[in-house]
Amino acid sequence: MSSINNLEEIRKIIDQHRKWDLAFTVAGVLALMIAVVTFIVLFAHMLIDGAPRLSWDFFTSFPSRRPEMAGILSAWVGTTLVMIVTAASAVPLGIGAGVYLEEYASKNLLTEIIEINVTNLAGVPSIIYGLLALGLFVYQLGFGQSILAAGLALALLILPVVIVATREAIRAIPVAIREGAYALGATKWQTVIDHLLPYSSAGILTGIIIGLARAIGETAPVITIGALTFIAFLPPAPIKNEFPFLSFEWLTAPFTVMPIQMFNWVSRPEEAFQFNAAAAGLVLVVMTLAMNGLAIYLRYRMRKTIKW
Amino acid sequence: MTEWRRNKADRVGKLGFSFRRHLHEKFIEFLLFLSAVLSIAIMFAIIVMLLKESWVFFQHVSLWDFLTDTQWTPLFDDAHYGILPLVSGTLVSSFIALAVALPLGTVIAVYLSEFAPFAVREVAKPFLELLGGVPTVVYGYFALLFVTPLLQAIFPELPGFNLLSAGLVMGIMIIPYVSSMTEDAMRAVPMNLREGSYAMGATRFQTAIRVVMPAAFSGIAAAYILGISRAVGETMVVAIAAGMQPNLTWNPMEPAATITAYIVQVSLGDLPHGSIGYQTIFAAGLTLLILTLIFNIIGHVLRKRYREVY
Repeated sequence: MSSINNLEEIRKIIDQHRKWDLAFTVAGVLALMIAVVTFIVLFAHMLIDGAPRLSWDFFTSFPSRRPEMAGILSAWVGTTLVMIVTAASAVPLGIGAGVYLEEYASKNLLTEIIEINVTNLAGVPSIIYGLLALGLFVYQLGFGQSILAAGLALALLILPVVIVATREAIRAIPVAIREGAYALGATKWQTVIDHLLPYSSAGILTGIIIGLARAIGETAPVITIGALTFIAFLPPAPIKNEFPFLSFEWLTAPFTVMPIQMFNWVSRPEEAFQFNAAAAGLVLVVMTLAMNGLAIYLRYRMRKTIKW
Repeated sequence: MTEWRRNKADRVGKLGFSFRRHLHEKFIEFLLFLSAVLSIAIMFAIIVMLLKESWVFFQHVSLWDFLTDTQWTPLFDDAHYGILPLVSGTLVSSFIALAVALPLGTVIAVYLSEFAPFAVREVAKPFLELLGGVPTVVYGYFALLFVTPLLQAIFPELPGFNLLSAGLVMGIMIIPYVSSMTEDAMRAVPMNLREGSYAMGATRFQTAIRVVMPAAFSGIAAAYILGISRAVGETMVVAIAAGMQPNLTWNPMEPAATITAYIVQVSLGDLPHGSIGYQTIFAAGLTLLILTLIFNIIGHVLRKRYREVY
C-alpha cells in the first residue's frame, strides 16, 4: 500500500485503467463493425449476382431446367398459402395461451410446468419440429406432404414467440385498468376482450410479425416434411366462382416455398442457377427485413406514444 | 319511485349471480387453458414421436453399434449405423461458430450496455435484430459462394465444402441472439451497483467486468446456452456449405455432415415411410434433442447456482 501513497503513482494507475476503457471501446466498435460489414457484404454480394435476374417474369414463371427461364411463381404462392395456415393457427393459440398464463392461471405446479415448457420449446431446434410434423401430421393424421402440414409445423415453431409477446404486452398494462373494469361490473373475459387485448394489440402484433418473419425464412422443418423442390403448377385457387366461393382444396396440395426454391438453386452446380438463388435470396431478405423493420417501428412508436 | 321499485327484481337479476354468465366465463377460461396446455402436449408429442420411431430403429441396430461404430452409411448396401461421424461434424461446426459468436456477442453486449452513447445503442440494437432475422438459407448461400472462395484464397488446399466456412458464418449468424440476451441481462442489473462501483473510483471497464457481469451471470449463461442450442441445431448453413458426406473428423478444413444436414439429405430423397432409412432420421433427431437437452440442463444448473436477486 505504501508504494502508491504519492499522487504521481495514483495518477499513473488511473491513466492505465483509462487506457483499458479506451481499448475496450475500440474493441466494442470493432466487434459491432464485423457484424455490420458482414451484413453489408452479404447484401451487396446478393444484389450484384441477383439483381439482374429480378424482373416481372421472375415472379410469374415456374421453375425450369433452363436457368434463364426459371422463376419463383410456385414458391411465393406456396409461401403465402403456408403463412396463412401458420398465422391462422399460431395467432389464436398463442394469444390464448398468453392470456391464460398472464390473467387466469393460478400459481401452481401446472402453471410452472407450462412456463418452463414454453421456454424449452423456444430452444428446440427447428428441424425437430419438422420431424414431429413428419411423423404426426404427414403420416399419423394423414395430411400428407401438404400446405396444411407445413403451415402447422411452422405454427408450432413460432407459438412460443407469440405467447411470450402476448404475455409481455399484457403484463405492461397497469392493474388500475383491470380494477376499473371490474369495478364497473365487467367479468374477467369482458375485461380481457374489451380492455386488455385492445390496449396490448400493438405489442402482440409486433410479436406476431417477428414470428411470421421467422417462419417465412425457415427451411429445415419444411424440407423435413417432404416439400418438393421442383413444382411447376399452382395449388387450387382458394376462391371459386360458384357458391360457397371458398375452397379448401389447396390445403392438401403439394407445394414448395421460397427458401426451399433458393436452397434447390444454390445446390446446383451450374453458375447460372446461383444467380437465380441470389435473386430469390434477395426477395426473401427484403421480405423478412421489411417485416422485422415494421415490428421494430411499431415497438418504437408504442414506446413513444403509450404512457400509462 | 314506484318504477324504481318495480324494476328492482330486474336489477338484482342482472347484478346478481347469473348461471349463464358464469358458464360462459368458465367455458372461455377452459378454451384458454387448453391453448396453454398445448405447449406441454407439443413437447410430449415431440418426445413420443422421436422415441417411437427410434425404438423401431434400435430393434435393428444395437445401441452399442450406434454409439461406437465409426461409419454412418445407412443408405448403402453395406450399412453402418454409427452416429459418431455426425456428432463430430456437429460439434466441430458448433465449436467454430461459438468461438466466433460468444466472444464477439459478449463484447458487443458489454459495449452497448456500458459504453455506447444513447444514439449508438438506439441504432445498433434494431440493426442487430434485423441481422438476426435474415433467413438461414441466405447465410448458407453466403458461406458457400462468398466465404469459402475467400478462405480458399488464404488456404488454397481448402475443399469447396468445409466445416470452417459453415462454422464461421454460423457464428456471425448467432451473434445477435447472444448479444441481445446478454445485453438485456446486463441492463437489468440495478443502477446503484454501478454507482457504488464508480463512487469507489472504478473505471467503466472495471465496473463492467467486475461488477455488472458477475451480477448478470445467470442471464449471460442463459444467452450462451441459447447460442449453443442454435449452433447445434442449425441446419441450412451446414447443409449447404459443409457438404453432406458423413466424415469422422475433428479437422474443420474437411467436408463433413452434421446431424441436421443428414436429416435434410434424407428428406430430400424419397424414402418410404416405415423403412429403416426413415427411422434413422428420428434416431438422429433424438440424438440432437438429447445434445441440446444436455446443454440446457447445464445452463439451468448454472443459472440456479449463480442467480443473484436484487
